[in-house]
Amino acid sequence: MSGTPLLQVQNVSRRFGGLVAVGDVTLEVGRGEILGLIGPNGAGKSTLFGLIAGALPPSSGRILFDGHDVTSLPAPERCRRGIARTYQVVKSFDSMSVLDNVVVGALVRYPRAAQARAKALDVIEFAGLSHRATAPAGELTPPEKRRLEVARAIATEPKLLLLDEVMTGLTPAEAARGVDLVRKVRETGVTVLMVEHVMEIVMPLVDRAFVLHLGRELAHGSAQEVARNEAVISAYLGDRRRAS
Amino acid sequence: MATGLAIPQSGKDAASAFDRKRRLKLLTGLAVAAAVACLPLVVTDVYAQNIIILTLLYAALSQSWNILGGYCGQISLGHALYFGTGAYATTILYTKFGVLPWFGMIVGGVVAAAIALALGYQLFRLAGHYFSIATIVIAEAGLVLVNNWDWAGAATGIQWPFVPDSWAVLQFNPRNKLPYIYIALAFASITWLTTFSIETSRWGYWWRAVKDNADAAESLGVMIFKSKMAAAAISAFFTAIGGAFFAAFVQYIDPESVMNFQLSLLMALPAVLGGIGTLWGPAVGAAILIPLTQVTRSYLGGSGQGIDLIVYGLLVMVVALAKPEGLSSLFTSRKAPRA
Repeated sequence: MSGTPLLQVQNVSRRFGGLVAVGDVTLEVGRGEILGLIGPNGAGKSTLFGLIAGALPPSSGRILFDGHDVTSLPAPERCRRGIARTYQVVKSFDSMSVLDNVVVGALVRYPRAAQARAKALDVIEFAGLSHRATAPAGELTPPEKRRLEVARAIATEPKLLLLDEVMTGLTPAEAARGVDLVRKVRETGVTVLMVEHVMEIVMPLVDRAFVLHLGRELAHGSAQEVARNEAVISAYLGDRRRAS
Repeated sequence: MATGLAIPQSGKDAASAFDRKRRLKLLTGLAVAAAVACLPLVVTDVYAQNIIILTLLYAALSQSWNILGGYCGQISLGHALYFGTGAYATTILYTKFGVLPWFGMIVGGVVAAAIALALGYQLFRLAGHYFSIATIVIAEAGLVLVNNWDWAGAATGIQWPFVPDSWAVLQFNPRNKLPYIYIALAFASITWLTTFSIETSRWGYWWRAVKDNADAAESLGVMIFKSKMAAAAISAFFTAIGGAFFAAFVQYIDPESVMNFQLSLLMALPAVLGGIGTLWGPAVGAAILIPLTQVTRSYLGGSGQGIDLIVYGLLVMVVALAKPEGLSSLFTSRKAPRA
């Protein structure tokens, strides 16, 4: 099975009434790679994430994970198969401690709570949140909350990690630490699909980039190819080039 | 390598801190239970002992409500339905078929849990306020049904037969409240221990995750519907046990006394007052609310109908304004001040 790509999205569309949020998108994510999903606001990136994670069903098309069709599986089952995600707008369990937040993720692999707690302790150490382990998640700073989202997702021991704008709103120093964390995650063998807005962050980090525009594929290829692509430049980077 | 060694070390520290905290909680629980067990030695007045029994009963009922309402976040205002199920199952089995109340109690609990699952199957599609309103409506429908059920005594209710003191059928001389105090204490302790042990189990984590953010919970593999169903069944089971105890204690039940809407409120309020979704909230809330209710009722007598409701309302308002996390948060020292 190692020959097939980890994730195959085949001709997937999602309509909301008359609006086509994602239109006929086909993409593949290979094992162990970091794929950047980029595109201007409203390009359909988060919707595509929701479709892959099982938060909402596609209007048409198929999604294959690890060679199996997961199109009709609900989100918890996809998590069990190895897909984990973070949210663009953080969704931490605010009444629970940082550790307990991560325990919820670990319980998928370790149904015994004591083992899940041990796993969660390892994960928050890995994510650099140990010093905040007992703090209520509601009291974390925004960058810490982003880290917690990543930690919670890693605790499910995913094969594929979907990161939805985890660097947004971070200072350059915080973002640099975030990049380190994503690299560290990839080194453990996890495949990463990340949505990012800030090109300076995504481009050096990703192996390949996939550009969405108005719900459709605009381009894909290596970071350099995409950055030089005329269509991408006019749709996404155009304003900036004209401005400079 | 250095960090590799540091991980298990700090992990072990945190794990042992966790165990210490759990042990301390358990010891506190034991100490409180022991203190309550000694209370009748000091408080010998029958009226006061009656208040102790009701306080323990409501602490247990509210603890049961708290499992669904507090931990899982599904605010039910129809728990009187399960209370009534327990009371009626026990009473009917005993008075009509001679089944011992101890056994009837369990039957009532199982029937209530089954009803909760059947209702949950439909109601858990509803979110937030819609769920709460639906629980009120269904409990009221149950009240109307029983009110018109002739075989079960309809509106006149069912009287328990008078028998000599007996642990088997839970009947004692009206001047002797001690057995009831200990049964109610045992009931409160069992619900407390159940909550204590579930709190840090998989269900406990899942329930809190469902309550805080269902979308995120789902993406982390939490089975939301199953979590709610489990909480509803456990909660209904213990509520019905409370109803069964109440029936044996007052020896006479009718639909108004065991299925009234006010009962549903009285199960939710101690938890809200003491701290919703906390281990000690229901007990703390009941210890304040129930004696207050009983005393205002007896002082105001028949003329003060409804004054106790005004008192609840005031109390909840004061707590909401001054201590939104509930009164039990006064006992937990939180070092980090809120920003």
